[in-house]
This record gives sequence, structure tokens and C-alpha cells, in this order.
Amino acid sequence: MSNQSNSVMSESTDKQAANNKPSYKTLLIENIKYRTLLTEKYKRKKPWEKKNDKLLTAFIPGTVKEIFVKTGKKVKEGEKLLVLEAMKMENDILSPINGTIKAINIKAGDRVAKNELIIEFA
Amino acid sequence: MGLKRKTADLKKRMREAIRGGGSQAIKKQKAIGKKTARERILSILDAKSFHEYDLFVEHAGRDFDMDKKYLPGDGVITGTGTISGHPVCIYAQDFTVAGGSLGWMHAKKITKIMDHAMKLKIPIIGINDSGGARIQEGVNALAGYGEIFYRNTQASGVIPQISVILGPCAGGAVYSPALTDFVFVVDGVSKMFITGPEVIKTVLGEEISMEELGGARVHSEITGNSHFYAATEEECFDQIKSLISYIPWNNEKKAATFPKKPPKTKQFNLDEIIPTDPRQPYDVRDVIRAVSDDSEFFEIQELFAANIVIGFARISGQTVGFVANQPLVLAGVLDVDSSDKAARFIRYCDAFNIPIVTLVDLPGYLPGIDQEHAGVIRHGAKMLYAYSEATVPKITVIMRKAYGGGYIAMCSHHLRADFVAAWPTAEIAVMGPEGAANIIFRNEIKNAENPDEMRKQKIKEYKEKFANPYVAAAYGYVDAVVEPYETRNFLIHSLEISSLKAEKGPNKKHGIPPF
Repeated sequence: MSNQSNSVMSESTDKQAANNKPSYKTLLIENIKYRTLLTEKYKRKKPWEKKNDKLLTAFIPGTVKEIFVKTGKKVKEGEKLLVLEAMKMENDILSPINGTIKAINIKAGDRVAKNELIIEFA
Repeated sequence: MGLKRKTADLKKRMREAIRGGGSQAIKKQKAIGKKTARERILSILDAKSFHEYDLFVEHAGRDFDMDKKYLPGDGVITGTGTISGHPVCIYAQDFTVAGGSLGWMHAKKITKIMDHAMKLKIPIIGINDSGGARIQEGVNALAGYGEIFYRNTQASGVIPQISVILGPCAGGAVYSPALTDFVFVVDGVSKMFITGPEVIKTVLGEEISMEELGGARVHSEITGNSHFYAATEEECFDQIKSLISYIPWNNEKKAATFPKKPPKTKQFNLDEIIPTDPRQPYDVRDVIRAVSDDSEFFEIQELFAANIVIGFARISGQTVGFVANQPLVLAGVLDVDSSDKAARFIRYCDAFNIPIVTLVDLPGYLPGIDQEHAGVIRHGAKMLYAYSEATVPKITVIMRKAYGGGYIAMCSHHLRADFVAAWPTAEIAVMGPEGAANIIFRNEIKNAENPDEMRKQKIKEYKEKFANPYVAAAYGYVDAVVEPYETRNFLIHSLEISSLKAEKGPNKKHGIPPF
């Protein structure tokens, strides 16, 4: 079976919407265009993004307890960067790569959301 | 003390217990558009059929001055009754009594009526309206939940279990409904979640309302935790009554039969419903109505994964479960949610002796990174498992497209369908003509003077040769090619001759389905 990605095109017009007709879209599956409606959940899905090793994000929401590194510091993979307190646990956040710290977007005591960018590597 | 005084004393005690949380609490309950627990039970059951148990049960809390408190019925009403003559066990948590919180005796009342339902082999209906565990009773409250979950699991597939969420149902409490067969929710009334908006705000800093997090609509459309969505409690009760009419009392019985009624063929004409172009949409529920008694279809999980349609109807007065691809939504593809939805329903039908009719028209599986990463392999496998495992009569009608893995998954002969019919419009092929031609004739197309022309020609050739039911029929994978108008007769006949079907799988403790 082929592995084409699907794409969605709108064929509805303002006129159709005004007539309150179903607003059909086109769904492409294995090179065939199907006229169909989409679900709320389908419309809500987020596009996939490739993971960037140079951008460290919080894997869990929490509070920054202590930071051990400064901007410009060279770090080794596995080196402790900071402690993130979350769900009553102190999580050691380790460096995912060998690299130099370009920016630290947080300070001790900050609350961070899940997936928030906390440290950037050069 | 004479009998008169003793009866007067009984009446006084009953009055006190039936009062529930008192007029203030009842007023509060009504102000937010909710009925009381007792009203709910009486609205669901046949008039005068309710027999209450354990009205005089008292709570067992001994700490935090709880021993000085009187909680009528310990916040839950239990009993038996009938729905259109069908016997049921029922319980309803009473939010007006200590917020319907679950303590040890409250749980004991519930587990007692559950045990009763199992012994009598009749359905159990649970109405949930509770603030959660009664904290003052500590670990005994947790024990209560555990005892309920265990019984839900033991009863699963033996007696029908129905959960009605008519208020908050949060934390551990949600797992009893989740273990039962059907969950009913009402707009603006039902709230279900593991951790509520306040905890989410404190821990995650994310703000969301109860309704957006775990309201009726969310569970009906996004999570799939609920099966029936209603605008009001009255509508919800009507849905429960309808459901009871379609299902048997237990796994050893068949559902009640009704007088046979013809479909409304003028309104639902099979010669007009389906566009022959496989790329054009239509509402597959019209096909179900066109072949069902009185054109009545009782849909389940209407809002969730609408690309597959499931529900009950009757054919010749007998309940059947329909599973149908819905070309109107997402072209009727199989994906994570639709596979999950259909597989569970197939297992329900199989457990309760309800024949399964499968209507096929799908382009295949939904492509996408999100689908692959959400585990479409393991979820999609549930369908194969459920169909292969099911031993009730399985009847399949291939209406239009049946491409690739989707063809196999939709109760093909290979998964042991008992009867497979195809319409002349059926296209049973390893994949859609456009995709297939591109692969098979890749070189011819690439090397042609005019590749686009060549592609079109090759697609046309492929369509003519393979996009039909006759290749599959030639191998015996399709038993009969029938005209659409003959479908109902085909279904009636198949059901009639399979009424004695008794298939047994290999002896095992239980299988390991992909969940």
C-alpha cells in the first residue's frame, strides 16, 4: 500500500454556508479525492513538528527549584542543568546533548508550563 | 405497643428517610435543573414498579464527629423495578445527602443491589451524582469503590450494565461507569473527570471550565467515554427505555422480539440513496433505515468517531447490531477512534447474542503521523480481534468500496462472516484504482510520451477489470451479488437460517485482545 499523506481542501463557498448546506471538504486517500465532512476532533489535531535537540522544553509543568548552569557554559550530555519540582517530585533535568548554553529562559522560582521552552543550546 | 402504633412509627421512619437531604438541599438540586434521585428512579421505571431496598441503612463513619450525623439512606437509593415490563436493578446516588458522597455503607448498598442483579440475571442501572469519596471515612471509602469495580468486571458480559451520569462523577468514581456497557450523559448536568479544573489550574497552570474539561458534549464527541447524549434528563430516560427494549436480560437470553414491520421504503429508497461514484458522500444511516423494521435505528455514540456508525435496529422483529462505514464523515475511513468504537460494540453484541450486520463502504485507513503515533496499529487490530472472536451470526453487505486492509477488517469471510453479499456497485480490491494503477504501471506511466494520459488510461483499465464485486465473487469471498432492493430479504433470510448457530472457539481462559 502506498503511503501518501492526506490533505484537505475546502470546496465550500460563502453561498453554500448561507444556504446552511453541509460544507463538504475533500479528503485525499491513496490518490483518490473523497467528498466528505470532517469531525471536530480531526480539525483540532495539531500538525507534527520535528524535535529540535537544541531546544529544551519542560516535559512536565512545574516550578523551577534550582538552576546549576549559566549562559555560555559548555555542558556534556547527561549533565544536571536544573531541578524542576512537579507533582511533589524533584526532577533533575539533564542536558540532552553536548553543547553550549545559548539562553536560559527561566529563573529559580518560575512556574513553567508543559512544553515551555526553558533552555536553548547554541 | 399495638400494631397501629408500630405502623405509625414505621411511617414516620420512612418519611424521615425518604426526605433525603431535606427541603433546602432539594431546592438547591432543582435550582441547577436536576431532578432528585428518587424522581429519577421513578421516571425511569414503570409506574408503581419500584421496590426500595435498604432504606434504613445508616452510615458507618465513626471519626470526625460523623457518628453524630444522620444521613438518610446513606446517600443512595437502591431497589428493583421494571421498564416496559423488563425487570431491572437500579440505584441512584442522592446528591442532597452529604453530596452523594460514597462511604462504606453507601458502597455496601450499591454492591448488594449489584450482587442481586447478578443472582437474578437482570440488568443493573446506576445513576451517578456524587461529590466522590466520603473523606471522613478514609480508606473505607476507597474500599467501597474497589468493591464496585470488581463487581462491574465480574458482571461484564453477563448482565447489561448501564451508567447514567446526572451530576458530578469525578476521580475514582468515574471508573465504575467506564467499566459498564453504556454511559448516558446529559448536557449541562454530567461532569466526569479524573482531576478537576482546580487541580489542573494549581498543578499545570491551565485554566479550563468543568464543561470544557469533562462535560457531556466533550465525552460524547471527543473522548468517547459516553454512549448517549441528551439535552435533558427526560430525553435521557427515554433513551434508557429504548435501549432496554433492544437488549436481553442477560447473556443466556435473546433480546425480546417485536411484531415485524416493513421499512418506510418511500422515504428510504435504496435505489436512490447511494451515488455510484465511490468518491461521493451519502448518509449510511439511511441505508440502515431502508432495511430495518419501521425504518427505526437506535444509534450509539452518534457524535464520537462519526466515520463509523453503530447501533441497534430490528429486522423481522429481532434485534440486530449494525456496524457501518459512514462516507458522510471522513469518507468513512477506519482510524483509532472508529476502530475502538466498533470493536467494543461488536464484543457487546457477541456477549449478548445479538447478530451483527456490517455495511461496508470505506476507502481504507486514515493516513497521518498523528494516527500512526496514536497507535492505529494496535487500535485497528481490535476490529480484527472482535470480528474474528464473535460467534453470533455475522452478516456483511459490501455496498461500494472495500479496499485493502479495510476490506478484511469489515467482517469479511476471512474473519468468518457467515454471509457476505455485495451490491453490483461494490469495488473489492487491494486498493483504490488510482493508487493501484500508479504502482502496477509505474514504469509504463513514467516512460510514456504523455504520462498523464497513460495514467488515466491505466486507471480506467484497472477500474474496469478490478473495481467490481466479481473478482472476489469468483474466489467465493462474496456469496452473492444482490441488487440493493433485495438487501432486506437477504438479511431476513440470513437471520432466519442462522437462528441455531452455535459456534465454539478453542478452549481458553480468555484471549489477549489488543487493549
